[in-house]
Amino acid sequence: MHHKDYMKGLSILQKARALREALSDDFRDILVEGIYTESERIAGSVSHFEDGERKNWDIKIDRIVTHPLWGLPLMFLGLAVVFWVTIVGANYPSQFLATLLFSIGDYGARLFEWLHMPWWITGFIWHGVYKGLAWVTSVMLPPMMIFFPIFTILEDLGYLPRVAFNTDWLFKKVGAHGKQALTMTMGFGCNAAGVISARIIESPREKLIAILTNNFVPCNGRFPTLIMLGIVFFASTSPSSFSSIIAAGAVVGSVLVGIIFTLIVSWLLTKTILKGEASAFTLELPPYRRPSIMRVVYTSIIDRTIFVLRRAIIMAAPAGGAIWLMANIHIGNESLVKIVSDFLTPLGTAIGLDGVILLAYIIAIPANEIVVPTIIMGYLGVGAMTDLNSLSELRHLLVDQAGWTLLTASCLMLFAVLHNPCSTTILTIWKETRSRKWTLISAFMPLLIAFIVTFIVAQLWRLLQSGI
Amino acid sequence: MITNFKRLLGQSNSCDTCSQHIESGGAELSQQHYLITVAGNPNTGKSTLFNGLTGLKQHVGNWPGKTVMRAEGGFRYGTENYKIVDLPGTYSLLAGSVEEEIARDFILFEDPDAVIVVMDATAVERNLNLTLQILEITDHVVVALNLMDEARRKGITIDHKGLSKELGVPVIPTVARTGEGIGYLMQAVSDLVEGRIQTNPRRIQLDHVLEEMVNELVYEIKKSFPHLKNSRWIALRLLDGDSSIYKAFETGEIEDLFKKVHPYDLKSTAENPA
Repeated sequence: MHHKDYMKGLSILQKARALREALSDDFRDILVEGIYTESERIAGSVSHFEDGERKNWDIKIDRIVTHPLWGLPLMFLGLAVVFWVTIVGANYPSQFLATLLFSIGDYGARLFEWLHMPWWITGFIWHGVYKGLAWVTSVMLPPMMIFFPIFTILEDLGYLPRVAFNTDWLFKKVGAHGKQALTMTMGFGCNAAGVISARIIESPREKLIAILTNNFVPCNGRFPTLIMLGIVFFASTSPSSFSSIIAAGAVVGSVLVGIIFTLIVSWLLTKTILKGEASAFTLELPPYRRPSIMRVVYTSIIDRTIFVLRRAIIMAAPAGGAIWLMANIHIGNESLVKIVSDFLTPLGTAIGLDGVILLAYIIAIPANEIVVPTIIMGYLGVGAMTDLNSLSELRHLLVDQAGWTLLTASCLMLFAVLHNPCSTTILTIWKETRSRKWTLISAFMPLLIAFIVTFIVAQLWRLLQSGI
Repeated sequence: MITNFKRLLGQSNSCDTCSQHIESGGAELSQQHYLITVAGNPNTGKSTLFNGLTGLKQHVGNWPGKTVMRAEGGFRYGTENYKIVDLPGTYSLLAGSVEEEIARDFILFEDPDAVIVVMDATAVERNLNLTLQILEITDHVVVALNLMDEARRKGITIDHKGLSKELGVPVIPTVARTGEGIGYLMQAVSDLVEGRIQTNPRRIQLDHVLEEMVNELVYEIKKSFPHLKNSRWIALRLLDGDSSIYKAFETGEIEDLFKKVHPYDLKSTAENPA
């Protein structure tokens, strides 16, 4: 009896397989879409909204911001405006803070000299640790004070689910879960939070893809770095009226690169080590809410600005001390910074960067926030420069002293978006996956990709330049 | 919050919301009974309805081998006993998650005498996605259009008679929290399980080519496994490459799964008295 059933079952399976051959790949989509279209039609014919005013208002906005054609471009335009406001607004407070904090540093150093402190104590404290702190604060605080409240307002309004709505089809196309659009959006806030939010994806395969690729969107900790690079580099190379727009464009561009790599890597994963089909899901668009001012202030100032700044300062102080020591400990005639960065220079040059930048990335593994300040301290330690007190002087240092080009800035932005996740995120990935293998992959795969991409960009760039 | 409908309805002497009283927890599960289940999206008031019907007389445990909570209970309505199982809240039945698989397998393999699909009246479109999928699997459906109070507050009116016509199954507006409409709901369930009404569920229309493919498979399935119900749905799943259905065919378990009858089922015990 059982055997007979078994045979009958197999012949039906054979038939089913043969029929499936002739079927188009999007059979499931056709089914799901059939159900959704039917739901929409029936719901439309039986529901009636009385005081449609408010409801319609919601729907009207959603029709625009989630439009199949211009929903996505509109999103990037909005993002560009946010960055532009941040860049324009951060410039003056940044200069003011830098002037103030560095003059305090000068007085502090002079006080120590007046007290006849040994030079290395003055140097370590005021030119190492304090300068690190002053840099982090003046460079990162103003953009954060502008960017985070705007980001929080958008979050509170209910815009982020719309971002997910606009992008989920892209994830389905590459064989990942549409909800990955949501976890990616969370990653803009913090990659560790993005990794945790991947719990909403039920299928283990698609969850892993979401976790492994979350790092490719820049988090709140990396945005200030990108924004600052945008300001210092792209803003000051062009005439002032366009400069801030170009700077904002550069930041949006790097976000776009991050999303593109999220998709490419997701696709590669579904085609290689994490094969499978995408599952269907329902995404609820919550109604728009009026943001509560107190919550926006609290979230953006306490939860975000203070949190990121505190982490940066905690990391920047020892990093500042470390780099000052490295600059002032000499082996033979050369300082440690110079020896290590010279050692890293061939690798750095190959990928469009230099030895100091790579050294900074090694020192900044615990927190991505301090990469740029560490780079600056590395340069300052090498050359005997006076204090910098404005962004244009920073540009002067980077371009004239350190020999940065547009290639250096572009490669650095690319590297900042693509490189390995910070230690907190790696730890979170370990906690979520409990797998050594996937944790290691999540750490080294992005790093490898960052090296490959910047290498290709640098080589192509130079090839084109020598061609001209 | 547990609302006991019996107490609620019993307290008002003019009980015009129901023709017969619900006796929560009145049914002893060893007696003959009908098996019914509650399905729906999360946060539709599914569990409120379940709690209201069963009162405190519930068995709570896990689904076999799963870490998902399973609650079941019993009650008496009219002269019949009912055993009721609360299914996990899901948005679809495409088996993308453990919850969806549990809900689907229960409706498919346990073949309940009635499935109460609880819909959120304030989000009909989203809730219809699941309802239509359940209608693909079983004919024994009654829709509870719940959260009617919230819908009224939001100024949403739903033509439930029109919806019933569209879906081909009874649609009863309810407010599970207060017990409004529960009498009518149970009357419809009772009519359905006793065979006093016939449903005519809406099925998704496919284009000619697909429809022919499905029919071809349905023919094969019916020929080899005449006992199988929902052969159309199984054919659709086979075409979609559903691995769990493939496995059931490969191991020959498919018929066993469907042959399973609930031990205290009225109909089956009536047919072959033990």
